[in-house]
Amino acid sequence: MATPRTPATGSLKRKPRLTELVIQSLLFLCGLLSIFVTAGIIYELGKESLLFFGRTQWQLTNKPIAAAISPADTAIEVGAVGTPAQPGDLLRINGEIVRLVTIENGAYVVERGVNDTLPAAHAAGVVLEKGIDPSLAEFFTGTTWAPHAGLFGVLPLLNATLMVSGIAILVALPLGLATAIYLSEYASPKARNTLKPVLEVLAGVPTVVYGYFALTFMTPLLRTIFGQDVVQIYNTASAGIVIGILILPLVSTISEDALTAVPRSLREAAYGLGATRLETAVRIVLPAAFSGIAAAVIIAISRAIGETMVVALAAGAGPAFTFNPFQAAETMTGHIVRISGGDLSYDSLDYNSIFAIGLMLFLMTLVLNIFSQYIVRRFREVYE
Amino acid sequence: MSTNNLHSSNLPGRHRLGRVWLVVFQVALVVGVVALCALLFNILNGSFGYVAVQDKVNPATLAVDGVPLEELDKDTLIQVLQANISAGLMARYEFDKPFAERDAGEVYDLILERVVAPEFVAQWSLYESLTNAGEVRATAAQEYPEARLEFRSWLNWHFLRAPQSSYPEIAGVRTAVLGSLWTISIAVLFAFPVGVAAAVYLQEYAPDNLINRIIQTNITNLAGVPSIIYGILGLAIFVRALGAFTSGIAFGVTDPATANGRTILSAGLTLGMLVLPLIIINAQEAIKAVPSSLRQASYGLGATRWETVWHHVLPNAMAGIMTGTILAISRAIGETAPLIVIGASTFIQVDPEGPFSKFTTLPIQIYQWTARPQSVFRNLAGGASLVLLGLLLTMNATAIILRNRYRRSQ
Repeated sequence: MATPRTPATGSLKRKPRLTELVIQSLLFLCGLLSIFVTAGIIYELGKESLLFFGRTQWQLTNKPIAAAISPADTAIEVGAVGTPAQPGDLLRINGEIVRLVTIENGAYVVERGVNDTLPAAHAAGVVLEKGIDPSLAEFFTGTTWAPHAGLFGVLPLLNATLMVSGIAILVALPLGLATAIYLSEYASPKARNTLKPVLEVLAGVPTVVYGYFALTFMTPLLRTIFGQDVVQIYNTASAGIVIGILILPLVSTISEDALTAVPRSLREAAYGLGATRLETAVRIVLPAAFSGIAAAVIIAISRAIGETMVVALAAGAGPAFTFNPFQAAETMTGHIVRISGGDLSYDSLDYNSIFAIGLMLFLMTLVLNIFSQYIVRRFREVYE
Repeated sequence: MSTNNLHSSNLPGRHRLGRVWLVVFQVALVVGVVALCALLFNILNGSFGYVAVQDKVNPATLAVDGVPLEELDKDTLIQVLQANISAGLMARYEFDKPFAERDAGEVYDLILERVVAPEFVAQWSLYESLTNAGEVRATAAQEYPEARLEFRSWLNWHFLRAPQSSYPEIAGVRTAVLGSLWTISIAVLFAFPVGVAAAVYLQEYAPDNLINRIIQTNITNLAGVPSIIYGILGLAIFVRALGAFTSGIAFGVTDPATANGRTILSAGLTLGMLVLPLIIINAQEAIKAVPSSLRQASYGLGATRWETVWHHVLPNAMAGIMTGTILAISRAIGETAPLIVIGASTFIQVDPEGPFSKFTTLPIQIYQWTARPQSVFRNLAGGASLVLLGLLLTMNATAIILRNRYRRSQ
């Protein structure tokens, strides 16, 4: 006789396993960490940039007060040394903020105790500090970048960045695309398997070595071709060409993958209709692989914009608003590296300015990267 | 027939066009290969060549009782040193490391550095040295009559062993190479476990919901962020906000008066963040490649999810994960910009002692030397580039060997 089955308690139910849960949570946290990194980038860049734009920066003028003043005085005798202030400027004397109204006979006539500070007595020899207010409008329209002189136009840096990237793409796009077409449509598998790694070696060389290459090979070469007077020792052309070589493998490898992914049947159909090899490659395969190639180019542009060491070594140290590729001009990345090369003190004008430039750089590359993903999704031709 | 005629008259032109463009495509490829050759040639060109060396004091005049300098014993060497340099300098060397603890070789090096003081008065590139040796000799003899001409490999044993120096004659890359190895080790210790864990989560656990899609997109975007941005982030977070930890003050191992957050630990963590997305993406690809029949067999035998991952998925994916990690590290080892931003010291003569030391790295050393106006430092930069490329080559070769070994054992 069959004994009645006693249900083993919960034997068929899924038992909660504590260790599994803990492990899964830990793994999830590791995945989440990447979100924190992005959040950290946006938070830190945003916070310091807001500080850069939203706060009056105090800059030492090296101009001391010539005679002691009492809280009631409105005329301040100043020495001849140091940077002169303009009427309307905010000045700070030992914590008290004053507004300069006019300059009479070399003395500053001021409004005392501005911005909730109290007029106080000051001894002779106290050095004046000048208030500088970086504004967003000036940041994007000003044509001079000299934070210590109160000029905050990012255009010279942006212009140099775009020029270097433009030259780089002019070099990398035709070369990379032609290489990709040759490797995918013409080369034998054996040739492809030897040539592709050679180009990939180019991608593995550290960028600082490319910087060395730009300064010791490309610049002298350009100076020999175009003349010593035309080409400066530091110039954007040299940096741009070398960055073009640097991103060449990126363009060629991704494009080649996109071209190879186009199904064989398309090519055979084209041959069957009497198309030559070139016509098949350019009119059939290239359009079919458009999304992949466009994505490659955009990623390469984004890489060129963010490239640092080549421009830091070869493009010049000093912001300059010029459209001449043979002249020195500092890019955004080059500026960040030069400014932070020394011991940068926190909360200084320079410290905050690299965050403002960094935020702009981050947004530019982010938009490009997202755009390239969009292109891949939107324009991908799916063949089954 | 007219259409047929039109067709055949057109055909040679189309083929000609095809041949012309084929040449264009081939030229493009050749340009790429030539660029690589030029890059390598340029480094070699700077790393070898003739130098004109001029001694301040001829070592032959330093011989004591007819015994040449290099055969003297330690005490005599110390006497020679004492006789030729100031008492203050002597006291400083004694303070740095007592002479009783130095061996004869070290004293000899000091004499070479301070007394003989060979100076490179001129240097020529490899190309000039090989093609135009006669003229180089003539120029050297005419302009530097007291100097001797040597063919020098800037990459030599002394260069690898010696610490950084502001004298190009004795400068080396030892501190920089050690700094690079330290930062890379910390970056790997941080990024490898976290990266693999994140990849396992995304590949094996994550349900297809909003947050996981955001994580995945985010990782792809992070991989495209310029490295200098990571440097800025590292400066704000590791150097500044967490300065108490990264400087070692919180652990009581460094002096709070002098220590700051610009240490190996900050640099390693910054590089770790930089390579994290690369490691995650590579590890995901490797895990994706593990056949799902393995997982199903494991589940079928009653294994839990984690047991399946730990005993079957990870061991099978390990070759791919390792290869991807090594490639990510070789990216990190050449990174310069983020480390400059977080404030790697430019001039460090002592070996890094631990994670809380100040440091310099090989790429930073190359940058510093290249940026100097004197051409002699460009040669040093060429030698250092060779060391860096050698390091990278070793790592990539390791990656390939690892991949092949794992593939065979499967």
